[in-house]
Amino acid sequence: MSAMTAPLTNSVIALDEAMEAIWLEADLLDCRDYEAWLALWTAGGHYVIPVDRETPDFEAQLNYAYDDAAMRRMRVDRLVGGHAISSTPAARSVRTLSRFRVMESGADFCVVRCAQHLVEYKFERQRLYAADVSYRLVRENGVLKLDEKVVRLINAGDALGSLSYLL
Amino acid sequence: MTAPRLASGRPMSDLVLPDRVETAMYTDPAIFAAEMEQIFSRTWVWVAHTSEVPNPGDFVTSYVGLQPVVVTRDRKGQLHVLVNRCRHRGATVCEHRKGNAPSLVCPYHGWSYGQDGMLRGVPYPEGYNADFDKKGLGLKSLRVEEYQGLVFATFNDEMESLSDYLGHAKPWIDLFMKQGAGYPVKTNGEHRFRFPGNWKIQLENTTDAYHFPIVHRPFIESLDKQAEETFTFLGGAGFVEDLGNGHSVMVMIPELIDLEANLDAPIPDRFAPLATELAKTHTPQEVRRIVRAVGGSGFNVNLFPNAACSMAFFRILRPISVNETEVRHIAIGMDGGPEAGNRARLRLHEHFQGPMGFGSPDDAEAWERVQRGVQGGPDLPLMVNRGLGQETPAESGLPKGDVSAETGMRAAYQMWKRMMSA
Repeated sequence: MSAMTAPLTNSVIALDEAMEAIWLEADLLDCRDYEAWLALWTAGGHYVIPVDRETPDFEAQLNYAYDDAAMRRMRVDRLVGGHAISSTPAARSVRTLSRFRVMESGADFCVVRCAQHLVEYKFERQRLYAADVSYRLVRENGVLKLDEKVVRLINAGDALGSLSYLL
Repeated sequence: MTAPRLASGRPMSDLVLPDRVETAMYTDPAIFAAEMEQIFSRTWVWVAHTSEVPNPGDFVTSYVGLQPVVVTRDRKGQLHVLVNRCRHRGATVCEHRKGNAPSLVCPYHGWSYGQDGMLRGVPYPEGYNADFDKKGLGLKSLRVEEYQGLVFATFNDEMESLSDYLGHAKPWIDLFMKQGAGYPVKTNGEHRFRFPGNWKIQLENTTDAYHFPIVHRPFIESLDKQAEETFTFLGGAGFVEDLGNGHSVMVMIPELIDLEANLDAPIPDRFAPLATELAKTHTPQEVRRIVRAVGGSGFNVNLFPNAACSMAFFRILRPISVNETEVRHIAIGMDGGPEAGNRARLRLHEHFQGPMGFGSPDDAEAWERVQRGVQGGPDLPLMVNRGLGQETPAESGLPKGDVSAETGMRAAYQMWKRMMSA
């Protein structure tokens, strides 16, 4: 297939393009624009925060979150519904993502791993959560979508505070 | 032994009355220190589940009050609970959460202990006199007994047997274990979280149905209509019963007391996909039994001072300081049972429990708010009188209240009073 005949969508995702999508997601979460966040996902995508950083099989093990589309919808409803006392008022969060590395890439998809530092603020107290985050991004109709996001907390499995926002 | 007193000279046990407790119970570091001695060092404290240490050489680290311990299974299959402190100069001998090893070796000077806690060897023994006696230098060992896979330990050699201590709680623990659906119950991962509040706030909460429709409204709203009805139990036929020794049971869903009774009842809609999947490999009767077990029991058994068999999981609390508590929500599964059933249990656990569940963060918020609130009005009591005067005697003669009665809290506080008076 020549460069002139290949479908334009069947293209490698450049790292800067992936970073832009990841930063957009981070900004939506810190701004708690959860409806816009829901729209970032593919229909079959999973949002995962494992208890075991090393597990190869999220489904067979306990996670903090293992969300398909229906569960993401329910989670957002809970966060914005006004009845969950832990998120009313919600903690503020500011996150920074860096150390991006492409782990895998192919036609219309890539897997990017990066570092995330998130500072939570509530009750005049700041808490820090550090994590390795993996994103599987796919191009759907020319737009990058989240197909999988796995947040591996540095202290996964140990005691956390309660999280009333999304990592 | 003299009963602990406040700085003012008042006995600490005076802080508990039949219908209320004083605010200092949550805030006074001296009371916390006394509780660690009078309660956590003297009674049976939950340390592990047998499925965490199934084989010889297996170990898991845990706590008895503030003291770090290692729960081990020795070569002969015997369980031991050992203080995680080298007898030489005090370093921990184990910093892994769990694992399997033939011995526990102190990393500082290499003293080596068997999984039975006996000191096996020390490097360069010629540096010690001839009277150096390894026999007396094993890891400090606690009494250990188990009931239905629940492993408890105590520093108290005079303590009654675990079986006697659990007493009226035992039949409820037996019922809870029907969640194995014929398979042994195993632990299957856990969530740990901390909240800045006193441990007794969590202890109370396990028998507090009153908060459920308020604090857990977002959880209830996330369920289908049928499940919503199941979890709307205030004003229903449920009850709270004092089981003696500080233990209690809160029955929220009476239909789910005995998971093997009335197996012909229709399978709830939310379990229909699981039932369909199980039906490929199991008889209709087995499917009903497993599905019922996956949904969990309709009650919480609170075991004083630190454990609970709570609907579908084990709830373990660990006091850290007067205003810091760690809570473990340990998921359970069917050991050797159908994977689809165990996966369904994990998803249900994730839905409510843990730092990102639809229930636990709201509980933790309420508990933190209690600890923040009691900085005000230190002269005001905490009320635990709900249902008092409306209780009837249970078969045991102990009090039994309606589902939202604070009967379980009163049971725990009367035990607290007893232990703090000794």
